[in-house]
Amino acid sequence: MPTKIEKDAVTGTMTTGHEWDGIRELNTPLPKWWLWVFYACIAWSLGYFVLYPTLPGVGGWLGWSQRAELADRMAAERARVQPMLDRIRTTAVADIPRSGDLHGFAIAGGRAAFADNCAPCHGAGAAGAKGGFPSLVDDEWIWGGDLDAIGRTIAFGVRSAHADTRQSQMPRFGLDGMLTPAQISDTAEYVLTLSGRAAVPAAAERGRTIFADQCVACHGEAGRGNLELGAPSLADRIWLYGGDKASIERSIASARGGVMPAWSGRLDEATIRMLTLYVHSLGGGR
Amino acid sequence: MSPALHTPRPAPPAEPGAGRGDAVVSVAAQRAEEPLYAHRIKVYPKSVSGRFRQIKWALLGLFLAIYYLVPWLRWDRGPGAPDQAVLIDLPGRRAYFLWIEIWPQEVYYLTGLLVLAALALFLATSLLGRVWCGYACPQTVWTDLYMLVERLVEGDRNARMRLDKMPWSVAKLARKAAKHAIWLGIALATGGAWILYFVDAPRTIGPILQGAADPGIYFFIGLFTVTTYLLAGWAREQVCTYMCPWPRFQSAMLDEHSVIVTYQAWRGEPRGKHKQGTGWEGRGDCIDCTQCVAVCPTGIDIRDGQQLECIGCGLCVDACDGVMDKVGRPPRLITWDTLANQEAKAAGRTQPIRWLRPRILIYLVMIGLVGAVMVAALAMRPTVELSILRDRSPLWIPLADGGLRNAYTIKILNKTWNRQDYRLAIEGLPAARLAVSGADDEQLVVSAQPDAVATYRVFVTVPAGATLPESTPITLAATHLASGEVARHGSVFLAPRP
Repeated sequence: MPTKIEKDAVTGTMTTGHEWDGIRELNTPLPKWWLWVFYACIAWSLGYFVLYPTLPGVGGWLGWSQRAELADRMAAERARVQPMLDRIRTTAVADIPRSGDLHGFAIAGGRAAFADNCAPCHGAGAAGAKGGFPSLVDDEWIWGGDLDAIGRTIAFGVRSAHADTRQSQMPRFGLDGMLTPAQISDTAEYVLTLSGRAAVPAAAERGRTIFADQCVACHGEAGRGNLELGAPSLADRIWLYGGDKASIERSIASARGGVMPAWSGRLDEATIRMLTLYVHSLGGGR
Repeated sequence: MSPALHTPRPAPPAEPGAGRGDAVVSVAAQRAEEPLYAHRIKVYPKSVSGRFRQIKWALLGLFLAIYYLVPWLRWDRGPGAPDQAVLIDLPGRRAYFLWIEIWPQEVYYLTGLLVLAALALFLATSLLGRVWCGYACPQTVWTDLYMLVERLVEGDRNARMRLDKMPWSVAKLARKAAKHAIWLGIALATGGAWILYFVDAPRTIGPILQGAADPGIYFFIGLFTVTTYLLAGWAREQVCTYMCPWPRFQSAMLDEHSVIVTYQAWRGEPRGKHKQGTGWEGRGDCIDCTQCVAVCPTGIDIRDGQQLECIGCGLCVDACDGVMDKVGRPPRLITWDTLANQEAKAAGRTQPIRWLRPRILIYLVMIGLVGAVMVAALAMRPTVELSILRDRSPLWIPLADGGLRNAYTIKILNKTWNRQDYRLAIEGLPAARLAVSGADDEQLVVSAQPDAVATYRVFVTVPAGATLPESTPITLAATHLASGEVARHGSVFLAPRP
């Protein structure tokens, strides 16, 4: 409640003229410059309001926008790295790892491109994912792990729409009635033995004959696979669609094969080369 | 605002009939009645001469010389390295101080330096009150310089007060413009010198003067120009009273044995005007000439006792000594003394200064400890450091033959100015094989460029058949081939649950 503004007897300071429950407040003022800084901030905000985009749909007088600034900076950045990209395009891929700064640039560029384009299927760490997205960090390759092979796979894809795509198709032994369920089961038993695992001996023996008739052409005598045909090795511990017997039976019956898009039309050549070097450097490169 | 923060003192009782017009009145006294927002009561410090003024001039010259000259000192660090003795290279993420080069992660050396500075400030305050504020603080040094300019252009206290009261005229405008122009010139030189601590001074000064330097440099020169001009020209004692936190808690470092600027009330009171030829019996030495208030840069009356605004510069001591000399009384009515001695003197005794007090010894021991830790840390600073970032995705890589691999990114910090080679080794996992990505080299020798961080990806592979726990601690070691110095860093080798 308002009271008279008067001098406080004890301190000699004026009161503010307010009283709460018998307590009056002394007026110990802020310095004037503080007030003026406050006014200056208000004036500043008015100018800011007009010069910069403030209301939705209304641009500021300066015509500045975050989107345009981002576009400018991206263009400037592209122009800045263009000489390096040109060098990557004109240097043989196999020579890049021996050329110091260019290799560092390529790996960094490849990492960025991988995160943008490849990570959704192959994972951020290139560890692959269940359902046919192969790991790129291990030492098993379906279509080859040297620089050339990796580069071809990235550029043209696997079973993609590109004319030069990696192409192969395993027959659907079960769905198309080529093998009976019993024969598929026997074959799966035999496939288990290829990677050194225990199997029912009689069934595996029957499966061996079927394997020799149907599978050897692509997967090879010992099941080591064939990089030219994209036929994966069946003799190791790495299984794209699961290595237990049920999974193997399903693979034989319905035939599986993933699709990877061709990147040659979407990414420029320098980026594909950087991706190639990056994937090669992840640990499995040959 | 809490009254406790800014305790208003009772105004001195106004003597009825005493003409207030020409009287020199302290700021506190003028603040008796205030509106909601206080006008700054402008302080017109009078020029004074004497021992403490001389000390202040000498220190002012010394500190300004240090400030302006240090960026030009050279220090040979060999080829490729900057040769500026004191340089904070922000884009390069390095700080150079003579033979010491600091990397960003070693910023704790700066922390140590700040701790030492704080402790030294505590020590000085306990011994001698606010000598830092009165003699060494940049706010004081630049304000003093600005006041000197003001005095040369506009005249001393009375002339300046007259000038401010005068209506605007060409002469007044000319004087004010001249003063502000010189102030801005000094401010520009201050901001311009500041930036030289962050760039190579001799190579950058030319482009700066020609207007060809980086816009960022001009921004910071402008920023420090404006702040210098505002703080030393306009804000002055308000910085000390309102902005600076130090006066608010420095009283915690003071005790009754600290030597501070103090008015010897036992000798000066009762004060009063003194007519020439009359005696001094039954009265104090203070003739109430208010010269101590007139010269005070913060506009206070030291005779009111210790107060927050007092920066301990001792100019009132000089002013009072001059007056005492004229009236034929002994000097040092206002003096540097301890409160304990003042109390004793009022009772007719003396109390010698106690320099060695527990708090002084504690500050000295802490300065010694922190200093020793810093010297030891600097002396044992390694020239190579190793750090490891373990791959988080995937945690482990199963290999075709049943083996297991973990991948790591290592960073080798080469703090020397030469290219160095290091041999890598793994400890703690005997079966494991170490390989560097992209290198067929069985020697596992990697190199790092001068004063740079080298990044490598390394693979640790355990062959099939080994049974491993989920996590095995391992250590990577990088041995500097030239010196044998070893940098180690621990990590773990992860495996799937057995």
